[in-house]
Amino acid sequence: MRWIRRNLVVIAGLLTLAYMILPNIVVMVFSFNKPTGRFNYSWQRFSLDAWKDPCGVADLCGSLTLSLQIAAWATLGATALGTMIAFALVRYRFRARGAINSLIFLPMAMPEVVMAASLLTLFLNMGAELGFWTVLIAHIMFCLSFVVTAVKARVMSMDPRLEEAARDLYAGPVQTFVRVTLPIAAPGIAAGALLAFALSFDDFIITNFNAGSTVTFPMFVWGSAQRGTPVQINVIGTAMFIIAVLVVVAGQIVTNRRKRTATT
Amino acid sequence: MTDKTVHTGKNAGGGDVRLTGISKSYGAFTAVQPLDLTVPQGSFFALLGASGCGKTTTLRMIAGLEEPTTGTVFLGDRDVTDLPPYKRPVNTVFQSYALFPHLDIYENVAFGLRRRGIKSVKKQVGEMLELVQLGDKAKHKPHQLSGGQQQRVAVARALINHPQVLLLDEPLGALDLKLRRQMQLELKRIQTEVGITFIHVTHDQEEAMTMADTVAVMNGGRVEQLGAPAELYENPRTTFVANFLGTSNLIEAEVVEAGTELVVTAGGGKLRLPAERCSAPAATGGRLLLGIRPEKISLAHADDEDTIATGRNKVTGRIVDTSFIGVSTQYVVDSPAGGALQVYEQNIERDTRLVPGAPVVLHWNPAHTFGLDATQAIDAGVETVEDAA
Amino acid sequence: MTVTDAPPAAEPADLPVRKASARKRLVPYWLLLPGILWLLVFFALPMIYQASTSVQTGSLEKGFEVTWHFQTYWEALKEYYPQFVRSLLYAGTATLLCLLLGYPLAYLIAFKAGRWRTLLLVLVIAPFFTSFLIRTLAWKTILADGGAVVGALDALHVLDVTSWLGWTEGNRVLATPMAVVCGLTYNFLPFMILPLYTSLERIDGRLHEAAKDLYASPATTFRKVTFPLSMPGVVSGTLLTFIPASGDYVNAELLGSTDTKMVGNVIQSQFLRVLDYPTAAALSFILMAVVLLMVTVYIRRAGTEDLV
Repeated sequence: MRWIRRNLVVIAGLLTLAYMILPNIVVMVFSFNKPTGRFNYSWQRFSLDAWKDPCGVADLCGSLTLSLQIAAWATLGATALGTMIAFALVRYRFRARGAINSLIFLPMAMPEVVMAASLLTLFLNMGAELGFWTVLIAHIMFCLSFVVTAVKARVMSMDPRLEEAARDLYAGPVQTFVRVTLPIAAPGIAAGALLAFALSFDDFIITNFNAGSTVTFPMFVWGSAQRGTPVQINVIGTAMFIIAVLVVVAGQIVTNRRKRTATT
Repeated sequence: MTDKTVHTGKNAGGGDVRLTGISKSYGAFTAVQPLDLTVPQGSFFALLGASGCGKTTTLRMIAGLEEPTTGTVFLGDRDVTDLPPYKRPVNTVFQSYALFPHLDIYENVAFGLRRRGIKSVKKQVGEMLELVQLGDKAKHKPHQLSGGQQQRVAVARALINHPQVLLLDEPLGALDLKLRRQMQLELKRIQTEVGITFIHVTHDQEEAMTMADTVAVMNGGRVEQLGAPAELYENPRTTFVANFLGTSNLIEAEVVEAGTELVVTAGGGKLRLPAERCSAPAATGGRLLLGIRPEKISLAHADDEDTIATGRNKVTGRIVDTSFIGVSTQYVVDSPAGGALQVYEQNIERDTRLVPGAPVVLHWNPAHTFGLDATQAIDAGVETVEDAA
Repeated sequence: MTVTDAPPAAEPADLPVRKASARKRLVPYWLLLPGILWLLVFFALPMIYQASTSVQTGSLEKGFEVTWHFQTYWEALKEYYPQFVRSLLYAGTATLLCLLLGYPLAYLIAFKAGRWRTLLLVLVIAPFFTSFLIRTLAWKTILADGGAVVGALDALHVLDVTSWLGWTEGNRVLATPMAVVCGLTYNFLPFMILPLYTSLERIDGRLHEAAKDLYASPATTFRKVTFPLSMPGVVSGTLLTFIPASGDYVNAELLGSTDTKMVGNVIQSQFLRVLDYPTAAALSFILMAVVLLMVTVYIRRAGTEDLV
């Protein structure tokens, strides 16, 4: 009993963690299911069918490719624009700073459905055709603020004297940026880009409003919840999970090794 | 405007750093008042002052990192005021070093050479790392080095470019006391070896005096006084310099006799000082601040007053506090002449009667006394607890 | 060597003053321009269009026209206030649950994990990589009727209590408010844990020792030192949870029933199925106003202004 009281925080924390991991385990287990009906909600029997043929459902892999494309372009756009804003905010003085700060903060303080609906009224009023481009525009818009926040944090912790030192050591403005500023800001920019990719790839609500008849991967999953959930969805979800964890682990090993070789 | 000239005896002309009418304002705030300053080629020059006195801004204007509001910067005969820092033959050792964290030591040192398009840097970098005794650390990253080692890398990274002038912005501020003393000698050695002009910014008066040929004391955006360290210490011209460089006892006094020797009264007693050691105009009946360094004063118990040689300045008082430092003992003496006077006595033969409460006589050679303008704040430049923090 | 220090008042007039070049002064504006333009056109401008749409009348066939028909707001509120109240209630409950569940885990990672810290952080973030819709669907399996979870809750008589409270119905969890809140809590937990962890991790461990040294029991240490210092994390965590939860319609749609519809569901169906744009725009505008108002008041009360 005393042991429980002393480790209450640990127990509570691990229970929360279990709560967070449980659905992933279910998704993984059910990727080996062979459901009898259209829905993959209850366990029938073990099967590797879906793993053998992950693209076996019409439009599934097409929607996945589309989502990856949109996420890649949205990441590129939001990271470029967001990094510029972050540098301007940290490094320069200018008018209307407060207004610009609120303009960047507001998209993060707005329920997604409000942004989605208002953007749709804009597109409808302008007679824009809903599809790839409207989705991309929307994704860049809502990823931008997150990139700014991530890059800003990094740039703020950067010593401006490093750039002065570079200029003092005969590096012109371009050289200074490429040789010193960019390498040092890189972790912040990378964090911002990763966040943008994840947000864009997994976005549903804004896409739902502005995609027209274009089907991204989350839209496909949404549709299948009505029509019937193919096991392949679980296969792809599980595969993405495993790939991501492997990337993180590999990255960890590389940095650990680099640290070790550097100290010896 | 007053013109003060100091000759350091080194070769003049050619590569001097010359600032004319240079100033810097940020909006309504003036960081550096219009200033003329010449630093001769090959000298070790120190800009000394408390934080916010404008010394770093002056340095940054020479480096090109700050655009002057008015005035011109000359290197030799060349006007470099409008040149960006990467086009000036000047390099800086930054406060806290600003070593590039993503590059190893070798690449940090090679940075300037590479930016100027020099392909074979290996030999030069190797030599430079030897000069600062870091040959074995070439492949380390900056964060793996100690503070002293990082400091030497910063010096090497700047010196390898053979600048006309090396600017040092509080380069030893982040080091502990012992290492600082060691690095001061090291920097002095390197300067003698390479013969480049060093301009050194510091708030540490001991550091400035140990290292520099010439020290300029800055306060409130202007140069208060400029000269060789001993000259500044022995003959300060303002209360700020008197208090900021070491410690001074300043006594308010009234002139009773003016001539080649001034006679003044303070707290009832008569004191004398040579007229040439008084920087303020002195006329009979005028007021003066009379200064004397604590270590110039001798301390005698009141019973021994007769043993004091005639012709010395004498002041009576009572010891209020003593502290034993090791090589010396510091006394605080309450005197009718002027508040609490500081006295440093070498611990050669300690007089056991000199304890708090004891009546004493302070005496010193009148030639060691200096006189200052009495219209200045008497406590300008005194370090307070807030300053030290 | 000469030095001439001029008195301050004497000069400035006759010395030529340099001006920073115009090109240099424009740099920040060029850096800001594309991104800010993007936000103005695709974030701010749409708000104006939405405001205008909300006061239009007409039909899809004849087209819509601005008629300053403010009654739409009143009618929308009258008809959909249950969904509004439900949204705020569900989002609030989910936020509170996220805080209660997330705090121990964030605390565990920040102070007790030792060399497991990285692994635990990865486990918190990892679920993100599986599409949240797939994970939300997994709750359908977990909370399925007659499943292990429902069975256990039933056996422990938890369902009796929750049914009495109106959170569940009979021995069903799926398609009840509890399922929706459970889904919301699950979906936004990482948004609570990460800011909490960040601000907890910044706390100097010696503060705990200092508090203990100054006669604070573990509980007092938490109440007087740890929790106040983690306030920035609590504030941004609750905002990052409450704001998206209040506008969410995915959980209500997938895990709920027609009785658990939130305002997001109404906006979505009005916009995409019923095509009654004015009502949808009005509802969306009201939601925005309510959330912004609550956030502003909350930030003022919490005293943390710098969240970005």
